[in-house]
Amino acid sequence: MKKYLLGTIAALAFIGSTGAHAQSRDQIRIVGSSTVFPFSTAVAEEFGRTTNFKAPIVESTGSGGGLKLFCGGVGTAHPDITNSSRRIKQSEVDMCAANGVSEIVEMKIGFDGIVMAAAKTSPSMTLALHHIYLALAAQVPAPGTDGGEGHLIPNPFKRWNEIDPSLPNEEIVVLGPPPTSGTRDAFVELALEVGCDFFKGNAALKKSNENKHKQVCQTVREDGAYVEAGENDNLIVQKLQADGRAVGVFGYSFLDQNSDVLQAFPVAKDDAEAVEPTFEAISSGDYPVSRSLYVYVKKAHVGVVPGIKEFLTEFTSEATWGDMGYLADRGLIPLPEDERATVAEDVAALKPLSLK
Amino acid sequence: MTTPSKIDSPTLWDSKEMQRRTARRYRQERIFRAAGLGAVAISALFLVVLLGNIISQGTGGFFQTYIETEVELPVKVLGDPRTMTPEEFANSVRRANMLGLVAKSLEETFPEVTSRSEKRALIKIFSTGVRGQLAQFVTENPNVVGTRQKLWLLASDDIDQVVKGNIDTETDEGDRRVSDRELAWLQKLEDAGRVDVKFHTTFLTSGDSRNPEMAGVWGAVVGSALTLFVTLILAFPVGVLTAIYLEEFAPQNRFTDFLEININNLAAVPSIVFGLLGLAVFIGTMHLPRSAPLVGGFTLALMTLPTIIIASRAAIKAVPPSIRDAARGLGASPMQVIFHHVLPLAMPGILTGTIIGMAQALGETAPLLMIGMVAFIVDIPSGITGAATALPVQVYLWADSPERAFAEKTSAAIMVLLFFLIMMNAVAIKLRQKFERKW
Repeated sequence: MKKYLLGTIAALAFIGSTGAHAQSRDQIRIVGSSTVFPFSTAVAEEFGRTTNFKAPIVESTGSGGGLKLFCGGVGTAHPDITNSSRRIKQSEVDMCAANGVSEIVEMKIGFDGIVMAAAKTSPSMTLALHHIYLALAAQVPAPGTDGGEGHLIPNPFKRWNEIDPSLPNEEIVVLGPPPTSGTRDAFVELALEVGCDFFKGNAALKKSNENKHKQVCQTVREDGAYVEAGENDNLIVQKLQADGRAVGVFGYSFLDQNSDVLQAFPVAKDDAEAVEPTFEAISSGDYPVSRSLYVYVKKAHVGVVPGIKEFLTEFTSEATWGDMGYLADRGLIPLPEDERATVAEDVAALKPLSLK
Repeated sequence: MTTPSKIDSPTLWDSKEMQRRTARRYRQERIFRAAGLGAVAISALFLVVLLGNIISQGTGGFFQTYIETEVELPVKVLGDPRTMTPEEFANSVRRANMLGLVAKSLEETFPEVTSRSEKRALIKIFSTGVRGQLAQFVTENPNVVGTRQKLWLLASDDIDQVVKGNIDTETDEGDRRVSDRELAWLQKLEDAGRVDVKFHTTFLTSGDSRNPEMAGVWGAVVGSALTLFVTLILAFPVGVLTAIYLEEFAPQNRFTDFLEININNLAAVPSIVFGLLGLAVFIGTMHLPRSAPLVGGFTLALMTLPTIIIASRAAIKAVPPSIRDAARGLGASPMQVIFHHVLPLAMPGILTGTIIGMAQALGETAPLLMIGMVAFIVDIPSGITGAATALPVQVYLWADSPERAFAEKTSAAIMVLLFFLIMMNAVAIKLRQKFERKW
């Protein structure tokens, strides 16, 4: 027994020492958004199969978590690339710079639509962004006013037709992502806030009292009408099928995969015509609730970790992110053709990002 | 009980009062038993429903649809194996346009398909994995070059789901991923007997993939095995030595009381906290590689230690003092007492505690998230410092994938995870039986 113990300790010490020296890497490491994860893993796999490089390791850490790791420093202990379902913030660029990551290459890869959908058997409806705001915000304008200071009341709406007579007489039950999710951030920004500013009083708050505006336009009601259904979009799809009243909020790729059991609702911005969340409408920007997806690359690692340049070439090739590419097959909405060309050129030249 | 007495004593068994009382006691006894049986029945029912659900959904994950097609394998495309070294040949095969060969073979079956866009749609009934499948076939059998071969090739995930009946083909064409055109093609192939659902060994032998039909659990199985190996060789000796010291040598004072309370508290700490600790200590300070089973094993060992210590202490405490006294009486040193007598007798209990701890470690994803093991990794892990993921992580990642076909892969991966667990338990039971001693 004693011998075994000594052997074990020696083995562990050995393992520990080899681990500590295993600092050079021959494999790209990617972290970041769970929304971009299905796309960047597809590219990683294809890259591993068609080149002599190893397939990159892709971690799903969330956009914020990914940028934090990415900005941790330069050196092979830190990731080379991070995915993000929103643009990098100035504060994050500053954090990066403070840790020596001064040159970041930004690659916009396409769009993701956030859809509102229900089971095929549920009544259909056409929503405007201010309907979404009225259905989901914690505070809404009092009846007969257009919001703003002193004209706000806790959300009284229990059924859709109380918001607008054109909507069905159904209870409001919306299943959506929790606050930790990038999809939730984008949904709040693109649907709730825009719908909120439809009311002039609320819009005026933005100038007079920014904090109040934030609180009014970004706080989701907590009285049970909005149900946080977890990060797993498949779960939302299943729950929608089980509960005919419920409306779900999730990414376009899940609608694309489940179009035989789900119907998506057309959404209108302000008084414009409602648009169905189709591939074309999201790509052209007509569908109001869509966001851009990004990949950020650490320039200092290009040439140090083998394959980064080739990986970017693979990512920006037409067969990958083009209209007929395999990412479109997985639900990514490609950039318009001329924008693809510009981005590909900038990425090939490793043009560093500037937010100004 | 033959003396009839007028006294109303409680021991008078044939009095009405007493009979009522005994009847009530029997009834309570029956209710208690029924409740116990009911509890067992309910848990058994849950288990059956859960397992039934997983098995009925997951069985499909072990099978995959294949389509038979006759592929021409020309020297011009693949290279000539007679004039090249095996490596050169393998490289030339890898670069060859395999999908083009398959497309050509489809042209013969579907002469009516002529337009470019239709041809492009037609090739999509096959998985992109046929490239690897064909390349492997040709590399392993170089003499097929220049011939025509009837081959069963992997169908795409959408076609596979239609064949398995998981996609409703009655709905409107626009509402499903498989078009009427593709269904007609599939029908034609089915009529010719060229579509078959076969056992899919790739699922058990390959690593992760974004294509459900090419995804496998082997990478995750190896990752889990390596991680648990590190956990075991660290947590088992440390845990048992701690338990021996605390039980047999440590003085009873405030310090050991404090230690004991802390160990018990640690057993109840949420596992993600250990992940944060692992991130800070092993990756942050010791600079061990991210995503490695080594770090995962260290982190899970921290989590498992309290369980092993508590169980081992209980087992050591349960060894009768007479055994120790007898050994000492015969002149054994304290260390001999422990290693020759106490430890072998306590071993079954220690092993039970260890296996509970290891089973817990096997099912964890939360701490692994922090240290980068929740990741997409195609390659099979090379060793304990290479990048790896674990079985529960694989289940989690697949459950979160948009592709419909991953649903059955998820259940199939759960079945593999359960099998892994049962194997671990079997080893533990075997070892326990070996050590078990009656006196």
